[in-house]
Amino acid sequence: MELSDSVYQIIWFILIGVLFAGYSILDGFDLGVGILFPFITTDDREKGILARSIGPVWDGNEVWLVTAGGALFAAFPLAYATVFSGFYLALMLVLFALIFRAVSLEFWAHDEKRRKIWSWAFFTGSLVPSLLFGIALGNVVYGVPLTEQFEFGGNFFTLLRPMPLLVGLLGLVAIIVQGSTYTAMKTEGQVHERARLITKKMMVLYALIFISVVLSTMVYMPEIADKAMVWIFSALVIISVGAGWFFNSRDRNGGAFVISSLSFAGLWGIAGSIHFPNMVRGAANHAHSITIGNSSSSSLTLKIMLIIALIGMPVVIAYSAYVYYIFKGKTTEA
Amino acid sequence: MDAVLLSRIQFGVTAGFHFIFPPLTFGLTFIIFIIETMFLKSGEEIFRKISSFLIKLLGLVFVMGVATGIVLEFSFGTNWSTYSRVVGDIFGAPLAAEAIIAFFLESVFLGVLIFGRARVSRRVFWLSAFLVFFASHMSGLWIIVANSWMQTPAGFEKVVVNGVLQKVTLTDFTAAFLNGSTIIRYIHVVLAGWITGSLFAAAIAAWYLIKKRHEEAARHILKVSLIVFICSALLQLGSGHAHSVQVAKTQPEKMAAFEALWNTTTGAPLAIFGIPVESEQKTYLEISIPRMLSLLIDLDPNSKVAGLNDFPENERPPVLLPYMSYHTMIGLGMLFIGIAFLGGVLLVTGKLYTAAWYLWGLILLAPLPHIANETGWIAAEVGRQPWVVYKILRTADAASVVVPAWQILFSLIMFSAIYLLLFMMFIMLLVKFVKTGPEEVREGGY
Repeated sequence: MELSDSVYQIIWFILIGVLFAGYSILDGFDLGVGILFPFITTDDREKGILARSIGPVWDGNEVWLVTAGGALFAAFPLAYATVFSGFYLALMLVLFALIFRAVSLEFWAHDEKRRKIWSWAFFTGSLVPSLLFGIALGNVVYGVPLTEQFEFGGNFFTLLRPMPLLVGLLGLVAIIVQGSTYTAMKTEGQVHERARLITKKMMVLYALIFISVVLSTMVYMPEIADKAMVWIFSALVIISVGAGWFFNSRDRNGGAFVISSLSFAGLWGIAGSIHFPNMVRGAANHAHSITIGNSSSSSLTLKIMLIIALIGMPVVIAYSAYVYYIFKGKTTEA
Repeated sequence: MDAVLLSRIQFGVTAGFHFIFPPLTFGLTFIIFIIETMFLKSGEEIFRKISSFLIKLLGLVFVMGVATGIVLEFSFGTNWSTYSRVVGDIFGAPLAAEAIIAFFLESVFLGVLIFGRARVSRRVFWLSAFLVFFASHMSGLWIIVANSWMQTPAGFEKVVVNGVLQKVTLTDFTAAFLNGSTIIRYIHVVLAGWITGSLFAAAIAAWYLIKKRHEEAARHILKVSLIVFICSALLQLGSGHAHSVQVAKTQPEKMAAFEALWNTTTGAPLAIFGIPVESEQKTYLEISIPRMLSLLIDLDPNSKVAGLNDFPENERPPVLLPYMSYHTMIGLGMLFIGIAFLGGVLLVTGKLYTAAWYLWGLILLAPLPHIANETGWIAAEVGRQPWVVYKILRTADAASVVVPAWQILFSLIMFSAIYLLLFMMFIMLLVKFVKTGPEEVREGGY
């Protein structure tokens, strides 16, 4: 079957969105657990339970980021090259944080003398990417200065404009809610109750920030009001946040976690609907926007990648689900 | 310092540090899979304990590999964005495929190995050990595919506008995947990993035998890992030879640099030792075997081997570093064969577990495969210079243009400091795990 170039490009735009959404939902909950780690626990016993609740799965979750990054590189190399080099310092901060995050649970578990340090390293390593991913996404969606050669024309502070910062906060809150609903689902007793309380408060904050992002985006980019998908996904997010709040208040934690994940998928749906067909929006001159058309790999590469993804990802999802099933239920003491 | 040089140093530091861990993973997952198979067949508790102990070590090694690996995937975009634009059509795909086909599998089932012993049947656990072994080796394959394509690019066409290379596009996936060197380089790297991991495990067992602790477990570990070591060290002689011949055929200037062969020579000698000085085109203190290089490459002692002077000056690799690292690697490879031979004799005569001198030797030599790995990698990568993709794209033209040098200097300093800290923690926890030993190891993760 031969598909035209643009069909492959559209499929890959959606697939990369799905990969990033999968990453946000899955690694989102263990990033959220990392952010809550020092606050939601009072002693090492509770911290140990929390660590074990994500221990078997966090690493597989992070592979969604590796896959999304690799897919972006393979499918839209120009977008990957411009964003990664343009956002150099921000991405270095993400990398330093991800390094510490990867090792700090292992170190926390086995280096008893310095548990306090590793606990805070885990917190910082989780917080920094949770905030910066949203800021980065906000920047590519709202637009950054691009030169005629499609190079990034701003600097580090270009990234810290109010709109992207607001998106960063939205992402952060969504990740915290992923973490708190997951914690409530996987724990019992004090930690469970604290997690529910955090979910309750954060859901309100989530709704407030979401509405302000939508409203300010309407002002900044009025043309998006014509896109039906934006409204559909916005409704999905609002309903999910409300339903999540409701499930949480009834102590139905599995439901709250699923609903929270659904809201995250909704956020990506909105971002994708606004962004398409852009990969990186040019802020000063839209003619310079990096789009799926001018940044993509050849159809042969996209086709081979699609075959690998269509066979590979369902298998990945199947065995990941099996392993989640192995570790189902409340996490207990070792 | 200029940005390109800083980016090269940063890639060298981050990739070089990362490369400590994947070879260990190759060897350890292989040995764990063998021990788990023995456990599945015999059901003897001692194998379960040994495996759980090695899985704990693997967990530490793996987490270091994960933490340092993601940096490399990002760095093609952050530091080498021109490279990414030009070769993204070909180079991105193996990285994405690595994640989908291998890295997911490895990460997900390693979770089962570390945390899930009590939650799954013995058969499922054995299967998980196999999948982690299999996936870690698949992961290595895709990385070697990507790197081999940089050495011997194939299956592409150039898009040139006004004499400037814009990008290369894929024309033949199989040709790009296999290119001229993937298979032999993959075999070479896997064997290097088995040598590294098996000597690592053997050294731990040797230490227990000397200290007279966990002796039963130690004998099993030593036996299995030594057999893996002996086979790998011997096979590596063949793979190393075949790889060198491939280099001589496909990248002749690289082989000329490895051997410091300045002028094209009929009946070229094989260098054993020397100090090449590029400015004088002379090798001091040279020891070599006459006609041996020609014999090894072409099976003909009088064949002609191209020297560096045959190549345009701006296409010649540096000589000193590739020469030194290539010969260090080969010297170590020969040393491993010697250790393997002695170990084989001791194993057959039944003196292995009491030969204190040999056990001490294993402990002292255990870090050396890492030196061989790193020098082999340096030889391969520096020997490819001045190209980042051989004869297609120069390293000097591959870096990001928008990243100022000070930012790269900052990240380089940070990576160096963080990796130093990580390395100290790694050694500290490794020593702690080894001191705890297989008898007292706690299953089920943290």
